[in-house]
Amino acid sequence: MNSLLTLLIFFPAAAALFGYMIEQKNIRAYGITITAIEFVLSLALWLGYDGSIAGYQFVEHASIVASYGINYDLGIDGISLFLIIMSTFMTMIAVIGLTVKDNLKNLIISVLVLEMTMVGVFAALDVILFYIFWELSLVPMLYIIGAWGAKLRIYAAVKFFLYTFAGSLVMLLGILYAAYLYHDSTGMWSFSIAAWQAFSFTYTDQLWLFSAFFFGFAIKVPMVPFHTWLPYAHGQAPTIGSVILAAVLLKMGTYGFVRFSLPMFPDASVYFMIPVAIIALIMIVYTALIAYAQEDMKQVIAYSSVSHMGVIVLGTFAMNSEGITGSLFLMLSHGIVSGALFMLVGVIYDRRHTKMMSEFGGLASVMPIYATIFAVMLMASVGLPLTIGFVGEFLSLLGFFKVSPLITAIAGTTIIFGAVYMLSLYKKSFFGPLTNEKNANLKDLTSQELTALVPLVALVVILGVYPKPMLDPIDGSVKTMIVNMDKKAVTQEAKDMFAKANTIGKDK
Amino acid sequence: MLDPISIDMASLNLATLLPMSIIILGALAIIVIDLVVKDLHKSFYVVISELFILLALGAVFGYSGETRGFFDVMLIDGIAVLSEGIILVASALFIPLALTSKRFHEYSYPEFFALFLFMIAGFQFMVATDNLILIFIGLETASLALYTLIAMHNRERSLEAAIKYFTMGALAAGFFVFGAMILYALTGSVEIHKISEVLVTKNFEPMAGVLTAVVFMLAALGFKLSMVPFQTWVPDVYEGASAPLAGYMSVVPKIAGLVVAMRLFEFLVHADVVWVQNILWIVAVVTMTLTNIMALVQESVKRMLAYSSISHAGFVMSAILIGTTQANSALFLYWVLFMFTNLGAFTMLWVSRHKTKVGENKTRFDHPYEKFSGMVKVMPVNALIMGVFMLSLAGMPPFSLFWGKLYLMSSAINSGFIVLAAIMALNSAISVYYYLKLVVYMFLREPSKNSSIVYMKGAPIALKAIIGFSAAATLLGTFMVSPLLEIITQYVKASGF
Repeated sequence: MNSLLTLLIFFPAAAALFGYMIEQKNIRAYGITITAIEFVLSLALWLGYDGSIAGYQFVEHASIVASYGINYDLGIDGISLFLIIMSTFMTMIAVIGLTVKDNLKNLIISVLVLEMTMVGVFAALDVILFYIFWELSLVPMLYIIGAWGAKLRIYAAVKFFLYTFAGSLVMLLGILYAAYLYHDSTGMWSFSIAAWQAFSFTYTDQLWLFSAFFFGFAIKVPMVPFHTWLPYAHGQAPTIGSVILAAVLLKMGTYGFVRFSLPMFPDASVYFMIPVAIIALIMIVYTALIAYAQEDMKQVIAYSSVSHMGVIVLGTFAMNSEGITGSLFLMLSHGIVSGALFMLVGVIYDRRHTKMMSEFGGLASVMPIYATIFAVMLMASVGLPLTIGFVGEFLSLLGFFKVSPLITAIAGTTIIFGAVYMLSLYKKSFFGPLTNEKNANLKDLTSQELTALVPLVALVVILGVYPKPMLDPIDGSVKTMIVNMDKKAVTQEAKDMFAKANTIGKDK
Repeated sequence: MLDPISIDMASLNLATLLPMSIIILGALAIIVIDLVVKDLHKSFYVVISELFILLALGAVFGYSGETRGFFDVMLIDGIAVLSEGIILVASALFIPLALTSKRFHEYSYPEFFALFLFMIAGFQFMVATDNLILIFIGLETASLALYTLIAMHNRERSLEAAIKYFTMGALAAGFFVFGAMILYALTGSVEIHKISEVLVTKNFEPMAGVLTAVVFMLAALGFKLSMVPFQTWVPDVYEGASAPLAGYMSVVPKIAGLVVAMRLFEFLVHADVVWVQNILWIVAVVTMTLTNIMALVQESVKRMLAYSSISHAGFVMSAILIGTTQANSALFLYWVLFMFTNLGAFTMLWVSRHKTKVGENKTRFDHPYEKFSGMVKVMPVNALIMGVFMLSLAGMPPFSLFWGKLYLMSSAINSGFIVLAAIMALNSAISVYYYLKLVVYMFLREPSKNSSIVYMKGAPIALKAIIGFSAAATLLGTFMVSPLLEIITQYVKASGF
């Protein structure tokens, strides 16, 4: 079916519109139904995806502003396929686990609108279309954080919005400048991602454009020093907001690197490889240390998110198929794991209305199932072999090892630091004697919570043991991309780097 | 003995005068009807005015013929048609707002509608000529009518606003005449195309004279366009005027002023007169930045919108500086989209107007931010529509104004004004804060206790229709851009800008 992507994007939007007619008390069932249908639709995408074809599939085309080359171009490859599936999956899980009672209708509608923008970002093959969805995703998130969040919610929501909006405006400048350059040398207006990927920008232009795009993406990822909005947003957001933010919205930034920065500006990417890697290192080590110092469980996970995003960025900038495939897989696994962890924190917050570790201790004896699931997710987050977290982290680091063993060695501490702060969180909250009276009668997971969490646990284990069905299509698309980057590169340094980092360069 | 004057009627090309004549006829008709029949309901006058405006709109777009007419005074080129179109459509959207269910006595006078039509005719003359004298007459006709319209709101603050606007406007008129006089002294003509010819052949000598003339003209138009430093009257005047009239003033007089500025400065920009470019650069940048920052600290939504509309004017002023066909098309595209969004936003204020003052300290403002607190829980649809208008004004895709911003910024980049484009982007980033402030109040805060009396329930159908129309244009802007851009570019190109 050729309009599958359009359906995927606008089905939740239409459902959101009709959501106003649904009776208030049925809205949760409605939300689950819609997100489940959406998930099934996205699985159909996987079924129809042909891994043997290089290039974009499910391509759609319609004109928006003909004279200016802005089109409604959609399409996916192995890179975006699983990000779309992950988005729809995590949205469904988050809606299943939803415990908010107040004003639920507006929340569900916002989540559905948000789902549209998430799928849209990953499916867009036109830069302006991408930008539209990218920006539009801020609005429902602003509402979700600001209306259902904790005490400082408005501050956090506005900060989130302003940071990302400012970053994307710089990116918009870059987009317009790139379009101008493209028009200047080809005589045609085009915002098509494929056309830009095939077009050679000169070296100096690449440096400028890379920087402009970097701003937009780095704030979204978020990379140090633009990361300060994230702990606030996570700290104040309701559980569903945190889950979607960590699982999907942050991935938009790293997806941007893979989709735009690397293939469009290969020379600049090589030029900025080491500086970006150093920022990534700072993210990994610095935020891990901050995570260790936190007293709030949610903040630990929020900072650990930044730390893991550092590994993703590092893997992306390894410029070889191991690193990029690994980082893409890590995006998926981090989406699942961090989403699960935020839901787990949400579970305990619903019961005790606090997330302070000092309030807990000995939870394992009161809530054994909860403690078990938490432990599995914790191990996955740390990157224990045979869990989903290991695959991506290992591949990312392996990829960068070919570039710089030293940096990789420092980045490898992520596993140690991760173990330190996560295990200490676990020790403080779950082990030891039950010190706080209020915790004595906590209920273990309800069936609703189990329904949301068990699929995640299953995925963590299954994909940890056998990641091949997902790695293969990703790897196929990544290899095509790297070959194109190598062909496009204008400077000798970039060519050398591709040859050094990859095996494909040597075949020629 | 004087030679007998014989003029061929055909050479007068009276068709060029048709749209204005229709409007003036309408105004006269209203006055005559009032003389004969007393106590007609305002709905009668609203509908009559609306019909005359639509007739004139048809005449504008139906015109095909020579661009020159009436002793070469009239100039109906592409940008004249476009701007007349904007003026008439904005007026057509404005006039039904008089059908509000609340009683505002200005609408009970038929003179209000007559004056309104005279004002439209004035603006039409202003854009449909390149003769400085006719521009001046059009400007003054329109302004005098507008002063009276503001004063007719007849609250203490409206009188203050009208007088403030009048004094400032009189000063601006003086500047305009002075500038025109100097240009006449330099070139022996009051027609812009001749002035440009003479100045170019003279190589812009004497420079001091040209500079003085440009400065006077810029000051005069600066008042009309509320460029910094001539912007001080705007917030007070908007606050004093009724909300729809303020919205109207933020759109229509500005497009007329922009067209005059375009005709007047474009040839100077194209002749690479560096200091004109520099002045325009500074004026545009300072206007959009400074007023943006002022808008940040406003406590009243109406004043915020006033400052933001100045900032938008500064934004499009840069199109005149850039001066390419793309930039000038962007100017019109931007203004068409801005018209719907801004009129819609002011109309929403109009709908939510209430005599009861709200806010913790009962501020002097009619529309403090507190008033909109938690609106989504009281009137979700209204809050949603207002939110869309705010996001559109902030340049959030895919709402309509984003496309205007995109196209304008792109035209700046394409002509090498990278810094200017960066400043535009920066300003969008600043402006999003104050638009967001209203969104935050509406969506994220709790409603105030006495919310039931704050909002007008059940707005009349005419107002709903106008709001719905603006909201649809804002929401579905994406689909309008392509055809609009095609028409606009074609018109702008045809008139040589």
